[in-house]
Amino acid sequence: MAEKYKVLYYVNQFFGQIGGEDKAGIEPMYKEETVGPALGFNGLISEEGEVIGTIICGDNYFNENKEEAMKFILDIVKKTNPDIVVTGPAFNAGRYGMACGEIAKAIVEQLNIPAVTGMYVENPGVDVCKGQVIIASTSDSAAGMRKALPVMANIVKKIVKGEELGLPEEEGYIPQGKRLTVFSDKRGSQRAVEMLLARLNDEPFETELPMPVFDKVNPAEAIKDLSKATIALVTSGGIVPKGNPDRIQSASAQKWGKYDVSEKDALGADYCTIHGGYDPVYANELPDRVAPLDMLKQYEKDGVIGKVYEYFYTTTGTGTSVGNAMKFGKEIGKELKEAGVDGVILTST
Amino acid sequence: MVKEIERYGLPIVHMATITTISQSVGANRIVPTVAIPHPVGNPSLPHEEEMDLRRKLVKKALDALQTEVSEPTQFE
Repeated sequence: MAEKYKVLYYVNQFFGQIGGEDKAGIEPMYKEETVGPALGFNGLISEEGEVIGTIICGDNYFNENKEEAMKFILDIVKKTNPDIVVTGPAFNAGRYGMACGEIAKAIVEQLNIPAVTGMYVENPGVDVCKGQVIIASTSDSAAGMRKALPVMANIVKKIVKGEELGLPEEEGYIPQGKRLTVFSDKRGSQRAVEMLLARLNDEPFETELPMPVFDKVNPAEAIKDLSKATIALVTSGGIVPKGNPDRIQSASAQKWGKYDVSEKDALGADYCTIHGGYDPVYANELPDRVAPLDMLKQYEKDGVIGKVYEYFYTTTGTGTSVGNAMKFGKEIGKELKEAGVDGVILTST
Repeated sequence: MVKEIERYGLPIVHMATITTISQSVGANRIVPTVAIPHPVGNPSLPHEEEMDLRRKLVKKALDALQTEVSEPTQFE
């Protein structure tokens, strides 16, 4: 029997079975065993390959200490010399997605070893690495693990064997924005006319060249005189009045809330966090660590800014769909504009 | 959210720790912060020093709002 190909696996503290948000600050470690999804993945490739070990790192540690974390991880990759590296899947977890994406990309670019990951298409980690790394397209939550792993395993098998990957929709990965030459039995003019006819007849058709979507917003003009300006405070850190009166979701938010802070000097003891995506200890001690109303009020008192807008706006940013985030932004922005607010500070965790 | 609010012509500064996410979503004014669970605080500092840290970070954000930018800009 031929020698089995070697897969090195990367997971975060949660999938690495170390713990939840309270362990998100944990330094990277290497275990010569299959932990979490690595175990399931190993089962899928066991005929021809094996997972030789699992690197585990806390999501906060990775994102806050990127250089140190990356050095540790790349050293392990060099030492173990795998045929391919698998990170995630990260589903719609933003910090985990950034880690999976950046690690996979660094391994491909710096060590010339292929890497595969898996993410939900809206994960910010997709843009980090989609040009260099094959990203299996997964659902937005870990409930999709059983579907994600076989897709990733299949892609891994093809890559290590040097087989050509099919088109993104056939293999289940996120399009890399690459163009591929294919032979067609019809010439271009004929295909174009057929598409045009389909369009005119309201029939479905598929473009051969999807246009990239660039959605940039031009920077708004700066505030001229801060001492006369009204500044609004917004957060995606899930800071709410204790008791969470509007029942804002702790993840995948469906709504936002606004609270009158005109009589307050700080958020202080009346507020807490309901955000499910970070360790709440520090924010619950002092919510102004996430939404700094205390300092804005101080600057208002000192005359540095004209006024702090009377309402504070809040929602939860974790797992929230891009569609909802856009909706919240539109609704909140409209209110602020109509209220004559001059500038906004938005904090994120 | 940042982008949609800015679309109304309101200058907005994003205070975030993972600035790469902030950039990829299209924030134009970015102030890097301390850590994910406490972006504008640091519980390991004595109270006065933590207040001072937050005061400076918020000042940086206010300065960013007064600065004209033509492209995504990080205010270190």
